[in-house]
Amino acid sequence: MTGKYFGNPIKRLEDKQLLTGNAKYIDDIEVPGQLHAAFLRSDFAHARILKIDVSEALKRPGVVAVYTAEDFGDFWKPGPLQVPPPTAIPGSKFNARTLVPIAKDKIRYSGEVLAVVIAESRYIAEDAFDDIIVDVESLPAVVDLEKAWEDSSVLVHDDLPSNMAALVTQEVGNYEEAKKKADVVVARRMLIEHVAGAAMENRGFLASWDDQNQVMTIWANTQSPLTVRGSVSRALGLAESQVHVITPAIGGGFGPKVMTSLTDDVLLPWISKQLKRPIKWVEDRRENFLATTSERDQVHHCEIALKKDGTILGFKDVFYHNTGAYDSYGMTVPLNTQTHIISNYRVPNFYTQIRMVFTNQMVVTPVRGAGRSEGVFAMERMLDFAAKEMGLSPIEIRRKNLLRADELPLATGITGQDFVKNTLDSGDYLGNFEKCLQAIEYDKFIKETQPKAQKEGKRLGIGVVAFTEGTAVGPYEGCKVTVSTSGKVTMTTGYSSQGQAHYTVFAQIIADQLNVKVEDVKVITGDTNHFAWGAGTFASRGATLVGTAALLASQKVRAKIFSTASKALGVPEDQVELGEGSVSIKGKPDSAIPLGTLAAMANPMRGVIEPGVEPGLEATAYYGPPHGSTGCGAMGVILSIDEETCKPVLEKMVIVDDCGTMINPLIVDGQLQGGISMGIGNTLYERLVYDENGQLLTASFMDYLMPLATDMPKKLEIIHNHAESSLKLNPLGIKGVGEAGAIPPGPAIVQAIEDAFADKGVEILETNLSPSSIYGYLKKVEHK
Amino acid sequence: MKKLFPITVTVNGKVYERQVEARLLLSDFLRHDLGLLGTHVGCEHGICGACTILFDGEAVRSCLIFAVQANGHEIRTVESLGTPENLHPLQQSFTDKHALQCGFCTPGFLMTLVPFLEENPTPTEDEIREAIDGNICRCTGYEKIVEAVHDAAEKMSQKK
Repeated sequence: MTGKYFGNPIKRLEDKQLLTGNAKYIDDIEVPGQLHAAFLRSDFAHARILKIDVSEALKRPGVVAVYTAEDFGDFWKPGPLQVPPPTAIPGSKFNARTLVPIAKDKIRYSGEVLAVVIAESRYIAEDAFDDIIVDVESLPAVVDLEKAWEDSSVLVHDDLPSNMAALVTQEVGNYEEAKKKADVVVARRMLIEHVAGAAMENRGFLASWDDQNQVMTIWANTQSPLTVRGSVSRALGLAESQVHVITPAIGGGFGPKVMTSLTDDVLLPWISKQLKRPIKWVEDRRENFLATTSERDQVHHCEIALKKDGTILGFKDVFYHNTGAYDSYGMTVPLNTQTHIISNYRVPNFYTQIRMVFTNQMVVTPVRGAGRSEGVFAMERMLDFAAKEMGLSPIEIRRKNLLRADELPLATGITGQDFVKNTLDSGDYLGNFEKCLQAIEYDKFIKETQPKAQKEGKRLGIGVVAFTEGTAVGPYEGCKVTVSTSGKVTMTTGYSSQGQAHYTVFAQIIADQLNVKVEDVKVITGDTNHFAWGAGTFASRGATLVGTAALLASQKVRAKIFSTASKALGVPEDQVELGEGSVSIKGKPDSAIPLGTLAAMANPMRGVIEPGVEPGLEATAYYGPPHGSTGCGAMGVILSIDEETCKPVLEKMVIVDDCGTMINPLIVDGQLQGGISMGIGNTLYERLVYDENGQLLTASFMDYLMPLATDMPKKLEIIHNHAESSLKLNPLGIKGVGEAGAIPPGPAIVQAIEDAFADKGVEILETNLSPSSIYGYLKKVEHK
Repeated sequence: MKKLFPITVTVNGKVYERQVEARLLLSDFLRHDLGLLGTHVGCEHGICGACTILFDGEAVRSCLIFAVQANGHEIRTVESLGTPENLHPLQQSFTDKHALQCGFCTPGFLMTLVPFLEENPTPTEDEIREAIDGNICRCTGYEKIVEAVHDAAEKMSQKK
């Protein structure tokens, strides 16, 4: 489907305010009388609190109040599970130990909040940290995932028999039987390292209690305004309509801003109500590293069983997943890993077990890629190891096993993060892969480019991998579309926006249906007083779920335009013509009624309306898919690497992607490029390093290296390969694309580095590769 | 008790006289004392570049300077470029090429690039990448920012 706007590279409607410094982000919101909060955080990762003395802090001029856990009385309690436990999976075990808003008795990660200081300025609030005496008994920290799993480990939660947060096993077919029939079995242990979401804007929260009207107004840069509204109203015993959550402009999300029930959203509304003053808190970068959720961090024990021609008979993966000190966000990430391990290839027998473990680290929740990256990495690496073992090329083994378009839809039998059995709905996986090989000129590289470089003493390597991106999971999202009496159209949704161009892409869909100019459609996101239903921004689901709801709502409005116009013009509906911004009788342009006037007619001030007719040119619609839609693609990379410095240079990268029908190709490309930069960062630069005491050693951008403009590939080619079969799951044929780019760079780059050192037999078993770690791999093989 | 120091700073052509604490960061002064909220704070340790402003014409990080150090100096922030109705050519190229997503880092990129393009009106791709290597963008992967700079350079040099 293509329209005047749908499918076209429409420039973003939201840009001008952002470009000129006029957009208001959380720290730009000021409420008269506001006080500032600062959180004193623990330096210890694991300790028993003996005493916290805040008496001196209270004497400091400008300090209004200081709170520790005791001061909250019965209000202090562990928060809710933001994502339910995986009871849909038979035999699953899940120990819920949810986030506490402020540490009481025990500290479970470095950065956990010990005291909240409220002061006239943030400067004074932080000064007061020096006045607070914290007396603790330090405990050994639980850091290593595999050791933490053992019964002999120190416990993060004393009331549990072990550090097991969850144990989930899924099996399709019978792996052990398949293994018996295999010609080759390859086993490896792999690390997938810990990375940060690292949105450029940190988190922030402003709570303002209106005592007269008994209403709590909250500004928060959250991906989940409705979850915040629900949890605040529950905690304070208010009706949901008494809590108004507004999301301002948000400086990037990437996952971590979905987390709620943290110190800010639990305690600051309570404090605002107590003090009857607005309270504002804006996280600094160190706090973001220490205490805002992060992701990856898995240890995989994989086994692949194959026939001697390279056909996969079975795959087994027992993996440890770090959930951090608490597990409020359930198992979204490791379940995504389970579904994505077998999401590309024909794997008749698959055994997968999640060992989710508590550690003395910050809570793990989704970060762009969100478990998919890990699953794809594990499978792609194992194929590389198997290919080497069997003397096959990495291309051959993939061609042999990649799912073909005619094999889809395919129910994999593995339950995913949405608690629905995963269905790979559509796509041409093998076709994507072949297109990628062509674009990266694989054969030419192997036959000419690489040998030529070798003669010149240069090392070049190539990597080509396949990937899928499970997107657009349920349960549902919705929106309301209204034609106003000015003729302008408004769309409101509970979905919140962090830079994904929602203000443009939803407007495109609606503008086509109502035949108005795209700039006349105003999209309002993430304001709970405008629209109060929905789940939140995650899992690359906005374009598909809200976009489809926008289509359905605007179709209803369109029908209403025709029925109202039919009456107003005195002709049957089939004689009504919807022109740009007006309706008229077909062939009689003089009869035109502007859309705004028609909207006024649909809301009569006198007379009677017919039974069943709702006023206004307005409609609400919801959309929930039967299951998620799976985007797919392939990535190729050519890199050069200097043997002395081990610094890889990305010479060329190609991504082939199928995200269904594109609403706006400009935006899709932006999503892919941004995702790719994150995937490159995750592979070559970024790493959250905890030491054995649970101290985060990389809590600044000086130690946590972000990918920069000079780190991007010299050439980056994007190929859209949208299979016809992709158009069936929802009426617009859309899939998500927010995370696609972040998924394949890891295995592609690692394969290419191994290829560059093929003569040395280097084998890489982790995702994060600094030049020094690559150097370490080289030294290891040289010393063999 | 806190001691205040008088400063006189010219920001976007307007002279401001204020009393400030010695420790007040220039970024906080611009944002919270003067209400110029377009300058964003992303890390407060001088790495991300979101708070980049022009200090006597040179791109610097306002989170690494105290407001008192700006006494007698001339500052330009993103508010000195274009308005939504009348964008600066570089801002226009940024929207034309989709060089921003969440927009949080964008003012810092713009303030880094304005003096760069004045000095080097016809930069190569490598020069552009070097120029923005001190600014972090998590959304775009930089590709479209580079495109936008090429586009702006072309259009701005044609105008001259």
